Amino acid sequence: MNKLMKKLMMATAIVAAPLMVANTAAAEGETYVLVSHAPDSDTWWNTIKNGIALAGEQVGANVEYRNPPTGDIADMARIIDQAAASSPDGIITTLADFDVLKGPIMNAVDQGIDVIIMNTGTPEQAREVGALMYVGQPEYDAGLAAGIRAKGEGVTKFLCVNHAIQQPTVGERCRGYADGLGIELGDAMMDSGTDPAEIKNKVLAYLSANPDVDGILTLGPVSADPTIAALQENGMAGDIHFGTFDLGEEIVKGIKGDIINWGIDQQPFLQAYMPVVILANWDRYGVLPGNNINSGPGFVTKDGLSKVEEFAGEFR
Amino acid sequence: MANEQATDERVKEISSFRRALIRPELGGMVGTVAVFTLFALFAWDSGMFAVQGVMNWSIVSAQFMIIAVGACLLMITGEFDLSIGSMIGFAGMMVAVFGVVLAWPMWIAILITFAICIALGALNGWIVVRTGLPSFIVTLAFLFILRGFTIYIPQTLESKTIIGGIRDAAEGDWLGAIFGGKVGRGFFQWLGDMGVIETFQRGTREGQPVVDGIPTLIIWAIVLVIFGHIVLTRTRFGNWIYASGGDAEAARNSGVPVNRVKITMFMFTAFCATVLAVCQVMEFGSAGADRGLLKEFEAIIAVVIGGALLTGGYGSVLGAALGALIFGVVQQGLFFAGVESSLFRVFLGIILLAAVILNTYIRRIITGER
Repeated sequence: MNKLMKKLMMATAIVAAPLMVANTAAAEGETYVLVSHAPDSDTWWNTIKNGIALAGEQVGANVEYRNPPTGDIADMARIIDQAAASSPDGIITTLADFDVLKGPIMNAVDQGIDVIIMNTGTPEQAREVGALMYVGQPEYDAGLAAGIRAKGEGVTKFLCVNHAIQQPTVGERCRGYADGLGIELGDAMMDSGTDPAEIKNKVLAYLSANPDVDGILTLGPVSADPTIAALQENGMAGDIHFGTFDLGEEIVKGIKGDIINWGIDQQPFLQAYMPVVILANWDRYGVLPGNNINSGPGFVTKDGLSKVEEFAGEFR
Repeated sequence: MANEQATDERVKEISSFRRALIRPELGGMVGTVAVFTLFALFAWDSGMFAVQGVMNWSIVSAQFMIIAVGACLLMITGEFDLSIGSMIGFAGMMVAVFGVVLAWPMWIAILITFAICIALGALNGWIVVRTGLPSFIVTLAFLFILRGFTIYIPQTLESKTIIGGIRDAAEGDWLGAIFGGKVGRGFFQWLGDMGVIETFQRGTREGQPVVDGIPTLIIWAIVLVIFGHIVLTRTRFGNWIYASGGDAEAARNSGVPVNRVKITMFMFTAFCATVLAVCQVMEFGSAGADRGLLKEFEAIIAVVIGGALLTGGYGSVLGAALGALIFGVVQQGLFFAGVESSLFRVFLGIILLAAVILNTYIRRIITGER
């Protein structure tokens, strides 16, 4: 039995060793940790990973990406605690649930760690927790801008496909969109779940039950990709007004193929890249931009898609 | 008397060394030593073994432990509960609904939540016992039912899926403090003043230690583990638990109230899930519809790492607690060691597999099966 135990331990150690060494010895500069709220399954965050990796490489800092595997915000709070305990030079984090994350973030700040809020959250909340700044796209404002634009393009009744119903900040996009159109949100916001087949069928069912809907808003590739498939199946592709948040390969194809009118790019690359650069310069030279950075919204239409297409899913 | 026992041909002599070593918890112990050795080697100076770091993985382990105790006892009676994770989300939401939306005193909200959740546990058990359906299916149904309500109720009442303000509502509440408080503040302040542990450098908490007490969550975990262990190994009810899971029919024939034991264990599992949920909402101050996602599997994994048999009748609460410790230490330790976080599942899989193989081997030695 002792032999077996030894073998198991050896096996674990051998498997673990190269992985552990690889990361700790990579760089000698400052250490910055980015904590997100996204579950492993959310591929959109790959752009963020690439963004911090590139920034870390360019400024010579050691960067790490961490997230709760299932997207549980309570787990995320523990990860921020953990990040603070490992005493990095800075923490870049999302503020997906202010109540839950406020405590851990403020503790990190009080411990002397610089914090930048990225992606989710608001500039006010960032100030309240004592973060240096906020880098991201104010969700309600982006939704409002989208709604106003959609109204000009003739949308009167819409469906908002929300694949992240548990995150109130994402829902703000639907609320802003409705306000931009100047109509009540009502039951236009659909809790679609994250399973592609499920989303597709829910959208199909909703559209056949509500034939007067002439606009669709999806909140990211997770809900947009299946919605494209749904519209292609029921023949409404290209006919119904279709706007979406965020970009991805399928969305870019959709814009090119006249299925999607526009995509709202919040430029996640900047949300990951800028904080690393800003923290590094703050740590090295004590310089800091005086304002929050709005990484979006930017409307991406059929014109000027080439760069987006080239780097979709990687840096865009 | 002693002589007679020694010569009893039905009793096999086992050396005390062997008896001390060959236990259901052995796998968990070996795993714990291995995991700590590994992280001591690779993450020693990363802050993982400083006070703040220790507190971090202790809390995460304690969370797993609380649900693992319930899942372990239930698994020994031969049943599963896949609704643990949804129950955590549901219980937290109930506290928020009663305590914040309806603005009842927090202790009433907490007690009612416990009553509802334990009743749901009993319902789970009753359906399993009455229909004879596998608990896997029955509790899978409740996984969806409870998660659905957890999203539907706050959306209907407040049109959002996260209800905050619990911390304010629980301010000064005696029962709230039992779940969300911290003990030993004076001691940690003293340690901070003495310079043993770091203190905050700036802000409103300047001068306070970075770890200002032991959360009651950890106390709950320890108490539940001790309670579970004593019930299982030192009481008649503990024997019933083993018997119900080992061979329900044989147990019934020898007078064990199998149905009652199983329903009680479903209720206890629900109780454990609710304890974790209430601790969480008290600490974080908000209840979210996504809380507790996939926690049922984490509980089951901890229990299996700890040496329990999926088919019931065999296992140990201490083993489950060690399994939870391994789980927590690995999850947080990988972050400390700077390992790419997507590899966490790879490690988890390897550990699970290694533990199960080792545990099977140990069990064969204990029970003599081939």
